[in-house]
Amino acid sequence: MAVNEQKTGAENLIQALTELGVDTVFGYPGGAVLPIYDALFQQTVIKHILVRHEQAAVHAAEGYARSTGKPGVVLVTSGPGATNAVTGITDALLDSIPVVVLTGQVATHLIGSDAFQECDTVGITRHCSKHNYLVKDPERLADIVHEAFHIATSGRPGPVVIDIPKDVQVARAGYRKRSALHNGYKLQLKGELKDIEAAVEMLARAERPILYTGGGVINSGNGASQLLRELARVTGAPVTSTLMGLGAFPAASPQWLGMLGMHGTYEANMAMNECDLMLCIGARFDDRVTGRLDAFSPNSKKIHIDIDRSSINKNVKADLGIVGDVGHVLEDMLKIWKARAHKAVDQKAWFAKIDAWRKKDSLGFRQTGKEILPQYAIERLYEATKAKAPIITTEVGQHQMWAAQHFHFEGPRKWLTSGGLGTMGYGLPAAIGAQLGNPRSLVIDIAGEASILMNIQEMSTAVQYRLPVKVFVLNNEYMGMVRQWQQLTYESRYAESYSQALPDFVKLAEAYGWKGIRIDDVDGLDAGIAEMIAYDGPVFVDCRVAKLENCFPMIPSGAAHTEMLLNPSDVKGELDEDAQALV
Amino acid sequence: MRDLGPIRRHTLAITVDNESGVLAKIVGLFSARGYNIESLTVADITETHDVSRITIVTSGSQEVIDQIEAQLDRLVTVHKVSDLTELGPHVEREMALLKVTGGGDKRLEAMRLADIYRARVVDATIESFIFEITGSTEKVNTFIALMREVGLVEVARGGVVAISRGKDPS
Repeated sequence: MAVNEQKTGAENLIQALTELGVDTVFGYPGGAVLPIYDALFQQTVIKHILVRHEQAAVHAAEGYARSTGKPGVVLVTSGPGATNAVTGITDALLDSIPVVVLTGQVATHLIGSDAFQECDTVGITRHCSKHNYLVKDPERLADIVHEAFHIATSGRPGPVVIDIPKDVQVARAGYRKRSALHNGYKLQLKGELKDIEAAVEMLARAERPILYTGGGVINSGNGASQLLRELARVTGAPVTSTLMGLGAFPAASPQWLGMLGMHGTYEANMAMNECDLMLCIGARFDDRVTGRLDAFSPNSKKIHIDIDRSSINKNVKADLGIVGDVGHVLEDMLKIWKARAHKAVDQKAWFAKIDAWRKKDSLGFRQTGKEILPQYAIERLYEATKAKAPIITTEVGQHQMWAAQHFHFEGPRKWLTSGGLGTMGYGLPAAIGAQLGNPRSLVIDIAGEASILMNIQEMSTAVQYRLPVKVFVLNNEYMGMVRQWQQLTYESRYAESYSQALPDFVKLAEAYGWKGIRIDDVDGLDAGIAEMIAYDGPVFVDCRVAKLENCFPMIPSGAAHTEMLLNPSDVKGELDEDAQALV
Repeated sequence: MRDLGPIRRHTLAITVDNESGVLAKIVGLFSARGYNIESLTVADITETHDVSRITIVTSGSQEVIDQIEAQLDRLVTVHKVSDLTELGPHVEREMALLKVTGGGDKRLEAMRLADIYRARVVDATIESFIFEITGSTEKVNTFIALMREVGLVEVARGGVVAISRGKDPS
């Protein structure tokens, strides 16, 4: 091909994205990405979604990725475009979400000169991305894009950043698509057979087994969720899950214990504490899950399946670690279980214990009077929408935990939340991304009145693309989780946790072109929810709830699973200094 | 916290893609996760200049060292991580250049000590020597301490490089 027939970098980029099956890009234009936007303008395959803030572009891409299983793609400009995206990139890293972020950069000859809208994007994102690139050679652009998608989506998924200087976008160059520029990049999908055999034998002998599952089951693909169900069926073991893994196992199953951890159910945490065999499947023993480490499940053997070798033995020592993809390992486990004709040990005594814990009714609440309890609002929302199998996103805080506790999921990819980083402002853009990836689904952001304001500008994005997302705000006029901790730890000194000067959310919604609904008391709750569902377009529901309700059960930071607070009467109002230092 | 066991010194050999940012990624991993770097050397080692070998001396309990290895191993640019200390016998060498000034007895004593430690003179003036010494970290430390007594004014050290003994590559 003659030089003048070669495509520009921007055109090569579009070709690579097209070949990779990208149909949606979330972005915001700027000086350093104008050539790419011009190339986007002249094609029809890839739809560009104009967000209102680059952080939201990444969360939208995460919502798209987590709800569809395909990688999310982001396009932002240099400097502030890139730095605004950093929170989203870090969020995707902590929750292992496959996202490719394309950032514009000043021309290569200007790099390092403190040029206008220049920042060291690869330097800034080096430790918050799975991998990143600065494309200096136009001939390598297409190669890099192909490899970046491979890295973002394979192994433990994560965000990959490609920083593209403006001159590289303009330069004409050849098109190649190798995806193995880094031949040191290792993938281990199959687990070691002898370890899997050992795991099966341990499981077959366990009298009090538990399956502790996490986001890795969902990342492994829908097949992995099916295999998990099959494993639960043949072993008869009870199943609990982290926040990130909700939906991988159906909540309707009698073996389901609910979420575990800091705000998990009594039965899930007590079963973790008293099990004799813990099979951890694609979870990572996060501090929210384990509580105080030296008191964590003291008498159990622990098997840990994880695709990331560094997760094994990081926080909790595993008796048996299996490095591999959850789907592959579960498949092998089931094959071996069946080939050896294992029968599960009788677990009647174990389930009798579990049933006794269940009787504590740790998620119980009493809705009396007209004031809506937030738990009740979620319960009613769940009852009204469950037949539609909605996709639920959340912001971060009390409402997120109540949603995790009181909304129930029967399948994967229906629950999108910021778990690891805990990013307020995640839910609305994630709902937008999920709605774009699932046009026919009901998508609801269960939000708090404080979190929603962190990316409220995205209401415009929903209007522009006619996305019928619903925002359901549990408005208690407090940053409720902060206030709850202040009540528990700082003798109710509510420093800066009151949501002062809130807007009139109904008017705000209407100003953006949304439908706004206010629900003031229980009499209006079901009707308000019904009106929200019935409306063909974006709806913002301002649901006024009890202001000082706390999220229980709760294991305070640094406490053991057995030291769970079940209701307000367990609260002392202060913690010792060691506990205060923990988050 | 768990009992993390005794702290030991480990020498790690890491082969990586020789491209910009790799060293920053590895050094950043150590600082972000609170691991220790006692010594670090890096140079490209292939004819085509596409692979570098980084030698890091670090210390920690066995669990911490295992975690460091696992964290390094999952980086896209890392080909291989070898814990030479765990693998068994290996050779470790460090090089240093020492500038020693002065005359008379001190100058003579510096020469004598250099001879005993098999340090070479690589530059000399009427008032100074530059010695080159190669050996274990301990030997280099001892030689530097001795030279302080006889007019040492400047030291440049290379950090540890290491390789496993025997015919097999590490």
